[in-house]
Amino acid sequence: MPARVGVVTFPGSLDDRDALRAVELAGGEPVSLWHADPSLQGVDAVILPGGFSYGDYLRCGAIARFSPVMEAVIEHARSGGPVLGICNGFQVLCESHLLPGALLRNGGRRFTCLDQRLRVENAKTAWTTAYTEGAEVTIVLKNGEGRFYADERTLDALEAEGRVVARYLDANPNGSLRDIAGITNEGGNVVGLMPHPEHAVETLTGPGTDGLGFFTSVLEHAGLRS
Amino acid sequence: MTTIEQPYAELGLKDDEYARILDILGRRPTDEELAMFSIMWSEHCSYKSSKVHLRRFGDAAVENARVLAGIGENAGVVEVGDGLAVTFKVESHNHPSFVEPYQGAATGVGGIVRDILAMGARPVAVMDSLRFGDATAPGTKRLVDGVVAGISFYGNCLGLPNVGGEVVFDPTYAGNPLVNALCLGVLPVERLHLAAASGEGNVVVLIGAKTGRDGIGGVSVLASATFAALEEGSESRRPAVQVGDPFTEKVLIECCLELYERGLVTGIQDLGGAGLTCATSETAAKGSGGMRVELDRVPLREPSMTAAEVLASESQERMLAIVRPEHLDEVLATCRRWGALATPIGEVTSGDRLVVTWHGDVVVDVPPKALADDGPVYERPMERPRDLDALQADTPDRLPRPANGAELRATLLRLAASPNLASKRWVTDQYDRYVQGNTVLAAPEDAGVLRLTESGSGVALALDGNGRYTRLDPYRGAQLALAEACRNVAAVGAVPIAATDCLNFGSPEDPQVMWQFAEAVRGLADGCVEMGTPVIGGNVSFYNQTGDVAINPTPVVGILGVIDDVARRTPMAFTDEGDTLLLLGTTRDELGGSEWAWSEHRHLGGLPPAVDFAAEKALGEILVAGSRDGMLSAAHDLADGGLAQALVESCVRGGRGARVVLPEGADPFGWLFSESAGRAVVAVPRSEELRFTEMCAARGFPCARIGVVVGDELEVQGQFSVPLGELRSAWDATLPSLFG
Repeated sequence: MPARVGVVTFPGSLDDRDALRAVELAGGEPVSLWHADPSLQGVDAVILPGGFSYGDYLRCGAIARFSPVMEAVIEHARSGGPVLGICNGFQVLCESHLLPGALLRNGGRRFTCLDQRLRVENAKTAWTTAYTEGAEVTIVLKNGEGRFYADERTLDALEAEGRVVARYLDANPNGSLRDIAGITNEGGNVVGLMPHPEHAVETLTGPGTDGLGFFTSVLEHAGLRS
Repeated sequence: MTTIEQPYAELGLKDDEYARILDILGRRPTDEELAMFSIMWSEHCSYKSSKVHLRRFGDAAVENARVLAGIGENAGVVEVGDGLAVTFKVESHNHPSFVEPYQGAATGVGGIVRDILAMGARPVAVMDSLRFGDATAPGTKRLVDGVVAGISFYGNCLGLPNVGGEVVFDPTYAGNPLVNALCLGVLPVERLHLAAASGEGNVVVLIGAKTGRDGIGGVSVLASATFAALEEGSESRRPAVQVGDPFTEKVLIECCLELYERGLVTGIQDLGGAGLTCATSETAAKGSGGMRVELDRVPLREPSMTAAEVLASESQERMLAIVRPEHLDEVLATCRRWGALATPIGEVTSGDRLVVTWHGDVVVDVPPKALADDGPVYERPMERPRDLDALQADTPDRLPRPANGAELRATLLRLAASPNLASKRWVTDQYDRYVQGNTVLAAPEDAGVLRLTESGSGVALALDGNGRYTRLDPYRGAQLALAEACRNVAAVGAVPIAATDCLNFGSPEDPQVMWQFAEAVRGLADGCVEMGTPVIGGNVSFYNQTGDVAINPTPVVGILGVIDDVARRTPMAFTDEGDTLLLLGTTRDELGGSEWAWSEHRHLGGLPPAVDFAAEKALGEILVAGSRDGMLSAAHDLADGGLAQALVESCVRGGRGARVVLPEGADPFGWLFSESAGRAVVAVPRSEELRFTEMCAARGFPCARIGVVVGDELEVQGQFSVPLGELRSAWDATLPSLFG
């Protein structure tokens, strides 16, 4: 039986269907989760998708973290279950304190949509084992508030513990500190990523299939866990 | 009793229009009724100056089995196969975008999206056609920044991929920017919703945002007069611009789609320009005619609003649904689940009166058809512009042309870097083109291509216009816009099937503008018959002028095409070394209204290129066949800037050079920069070359081998060459350096 991966829809989520499609393309069973439903329906892994939850009129992700489903997501994460936050989902993970730091308004002050080159720095997380460390991949980046920020001590700790999952190559698109595009928690089960791997799973509709590895990684991981 | 004069003139109504209202009602209108008439009979809502001309689209509409809904609905609908239909429409938000660029452009997107939603469709893509004053003029940067950021903010937050469009700079649009937004939606054929309120006892439910004081007078005053005609400066008109809340709209979309899915609404209408006035009178007029609305039940942002203000408010993100009483609870529960406010505000009644009460008092009692259908219709006087003969006689022949390879090279680079031809990435990178996961092609490709089904069928969309061509010859200019949009759709491999138009003109009260309008409509209607692409919806924007000076008449045409397998789409990039380059079509010395004449010499005169629809159709069929049979690696339509610009774009996009050879005896300048219509350049793998050229020969269509994809420079043999890097920096640098 394929691993079941849930994708949460908050009001204002946009890339939820894309994440569901990516799970399916990777060979998993996609499961829709609803923000107001505290049940994770027994899924093996959870994705918090991109979008503008609640319009992001306050701080990005600041309201979504209080959704009933988030209690269950936090519990799932604390017990080692894989969670991937993409873009707005990354912001929700930071707001929920599952990951350190914050995502600020882009350095250029504008929303930007690019085919972004990244280097995978940590290929051991639940979401990145399909890659090799140092692999260079191209994945869609699209955000207005994607500048990763944390204090120096936190940044040093992230670096020392190998918790930087991916870094921007070429020009830093949003002014993220230390070119950070994604990070993980101590356990390597929770990953936050500003770029959108779910938009790089088909050559027809994306810049390539470099993003598929995030989804195949977690399926393999879930297989090992069960 | 003394009769106090009613303020109808301030509301935009003319003396004879007011007299007609008295006649219809047989009494003085109440304040509320007067407000409603002024809105519904405004140019914006009633099309009173354009109606007699727009009939041509209907008269000329070819019998087309695909068309499920046409002009007169919120948006036209065409069947595209696999049980699916597509609805699309382009609409202007010009005046609001000048007064308040960010919110004006944002709510332009919001408005057109609700039109699409009102047809029962899920919105799946947007596009914009934007025109500003001279790129370097003071004030342009502010407008560009605001408009692009507004579209980006609203469209991205709705999760709608932005797949193409245009950005044009020309001093004619200084003070009158054009912001035309297009939305495309998809629906199962059987779910088509029409905006009719029928069934006595059915409940009228207002869904979405609370009603506030924003946007009052938007259509009657802002969109139906020139700024100079407004007594105060445009800044004081800011309250007439609505304020957008895309999150509420996103929730509204998902909520309405669930209501459709579960069959819970019998009719639906969006609230846009003209707000509740338009939504209630139009749904009532299209249904049986009777409706009773308890206006005080409308949730207000501002409790001190008057009844007339509630009726006139253009607050965004609202829909009006007609619901059977037995479904009401379920509708309200669904809205609650999505966090969308829903309030029953009235019911469908027998009879033919729209009755509005306010805290128990009847404030409106009118036949809705009088509001919606019986507005004034004008046959405005027309006169051929007095300067047109002189303008057409002033051909570009007198302009100095580059005389040698070095001058040609410099011209090509200057044009590639000119604001109109330069890369628009600075704009399009602010838009999300990937969301929803079905974008197969997006800007700067010739057309946007979207996958609709898992089996790979899809649609293509292009949006084109050329104000300079239309200024020189409105009939031909409108046809050239149509021809270019069709060509763009065919270039990616799709068959053009339907059109939408946004007609941007000066004041209809100027006979010379009215003549331009009538000629453009006639040209477009005739052209649509020839191309088999009926106009199924659109919008007219008049009063785009400052003082006596109107903008160049600018009809913008959107074309929808269908493609069986999106995997077969043809991109514009030269990617495969060794591919043969073929030029399809006939190149004449046609530089009237060209980008070269304008950009290099600030010259606008002569006649625009000739249109030959038979050739356009033949070219389209060749491009579609080439795509379907896998014969093409790349195709790019030739338009502004001619062959030279097409080669620059395809080389840079693909990161490959090209070597091209002038045909025997050709004038290098004309060959490179003429803007003759009906042409495209294609890259064909060697293995397919014979098959492709034989297909062209069999169809009697001109096809010339002009070179090969090779190396890392663009070389015009015997004339000049430019390294790819130099091309790329010329093309890419302009907009970032202008707008930061």
